[in-house]
Amino acid sequence: MNPVPLQGYIWLSLALFMTGVFGFLTRRSIILMFLSIEVMLNAVNLSLVAFSHFLNDLRGQVLVLFVITVAASEAAIGLAILVSLFRNRATAQIDKISEMKG
Amino acid sequence: MPEFLRTQVMVILPEALLAVFAMAVLLLDLVVKRKGILAALTIGAAVCGFFALSGTGGGGSAWGGMFIADGYGFFFKIIFLASLVLSVLVSSRYLIEEDINHGEYYALMLFSTIGMMVMASAGDLITLYLGLELMSLCLYVLSGFIRGSLRSNEAAIKYFMLGSFASALLLFGISLTYGLTGTTAIDGVAKYIAAHGLAGNPVLAFATVLYVSAFGFKIAAVPFHMWAPDVYEGAPTPVTAFMSVGPKAAGFAVIGRVLLVALSQMSFEWTGLVIALSIMSMAAGNILAIAQTNIKRMLAYSSIAHAGYALLGIIALSPEGLASTLSYLFIYAFMNIGAFTVVTLLTTKGVKAEDLKEYVGLSKTHPFLAALMLIFMFSLTGIPPTAGFIGKFYLFTAAIKAGYTWLAVVAVVMSAISAYFYLRVVMYMYMKEPEGEVKLERSYGARLALGVTALAVLVIGMMPAGLVEFARSAIAGFRG
Repeated sequence: MNPVPLQGYIWLSLALFMTGVFGFLTRRSIILMFLSIEVMLNAVNLSLVAFSHFLNDLRGQVLVLFVITVAASEAAIGLAILVSLFRNRATAQIDKISEMKG
Repeated sequence: MPEFLRTQVMVILPEALLAVFAMAVLLLDLVVKRKGILAALTIGAAVCGFFALSGTGGGGSAWGGMFIADGYGFFFKIIFLASLVLSVLVSSRYLIEEDINHGEYYALMLFSTIGMMVMASAGDLITLYLGLELMSLCLYVLSGFIRGSLRSNEAAIKYFMLGSFASALLLFGISLTYGLTGTTAIDGVAKYIAAHGLAGNPVLAFATVLYVSAFGFKIAAVPFHMWAPDVYEGAPTPVTAFMSVGPKAAGFAVIGRVLLVALSQMSFEWTGLVIALSIMSMAAGNILAIAQTNIKRMLAYSSIAHAGYALLGIIALSPEGLASTLSYLFIYAFMNIGAFTVVTLLTTKGVKAEDLKEYVGLSKTHPFLAALMLIFMFSLTGIPPTAGFIGKFYLFTAAIKAGYTWLAVVAVVMSAISAYFYLRVVMYMYMKEPEGEVKLERSYGARLALGVTALAVLVIGMMPAGLVEFARSAIAGFRG
């Protein structure tokens, strides 16, 4: 019983992914850019689960579990880097951080 | 241990050993006060890894084909282990000078190397992704390792942001490939594409673009290079040395696995993209490097240009081309780490030694060091009898044999331009009078690394046959 066809999931996933890409490229706050990356990763997860379901194959879902795990550690590392940056200069705007140029 | 499990473990023995050592370093860090011991342990780990690697040489595949230990992977792993050992030798004193002497540094280096080794042996897109993330996550932290320095923080945050973005692109490419072919195994994808005539499929072409962008980011090819100059400048110098070599080679290892194996049927689509990347990297890298006054930044642009050269061997689509890329990456590892070692040796407490002006008259104050820097700069330019010449010679020959004569001409012109900024360093060292005293870091490790890299550059430059033969035999079993 599949009321929603595969295409529906894939279009939704593509829309989410593009939202993430757009957010990453236009936002200047590091936290929001970070959230945009999470949206992109979850868009990928959605498409993987949909493919996995329609292909009757478990590999896709295995990869989703790995992606979730990696995304969690990525978040931890990203926030840690942001905290150490914030201690030196109290800003979370990416365009305010420009010590190096050229 | 059951027999089937034993054979499986034997295949991943080098990586497993390194992982055990990395965790041991983390634990020992709690009790050991002298961090030099941890550095020695890391080098010991690399040596053990090397012996395990030679023991399991063309060991075949394990874990249902997810992990392949073939000659191709073996060649890259030698590069990774060599760059690990050299960077650790350079690091130990630098960490004390910069007041960041924490044991985690060595554990992160080890984990990052394991990630690269997994990438080089990936037989499945899932393994490839996990290796890539293990490598990258460690490098993000390493580049921000000088916590008190704003430049180091900035390097880490930029690297992290763009790196995570690139991994998301890679994942979307993997997801589309999986949806189309129903498998994530690299050879499975290739078989499915061939069997179902999927070559030229627009969705697969889109996935190819995503792959090329993500890998282009890892090897710092234009237009995905924006992070490189800032990260190379801000990161601790030994880390810069490490990540200008290891991750770049790892990126090329997965380019070989994905583009030349999984997407070999799509070569018509991706060669155009890769040619564009290669030309843009050579042009932008070499031309922008001319304007730099910071030597780390200059070497960053030079590393972008070298990614462009090394791509020539991939474009050639021939075993010869692949072998020339492999040997170029091997040579590049030694000459680039050597150049960064000189920068590190000149870094003492309070002195950054990053501005080109600090190299003025180095031949008078430290003639031996200046002579070694001269060798590395000659090699990066590609002047005989150094190894850099041999590397470029084989790359350009492979490109010409594959019918890309015009591309080889572009590459030669670009190397000629690069002579300007490499030889400018030499000119500063030899043709100007020193302006005051220059102190050297008291590090035997860095001196040893310097000797090894200089020797390697000269020996390979004069007797290249061994390396070329090694690269050829490495790809003998590689089905591209």
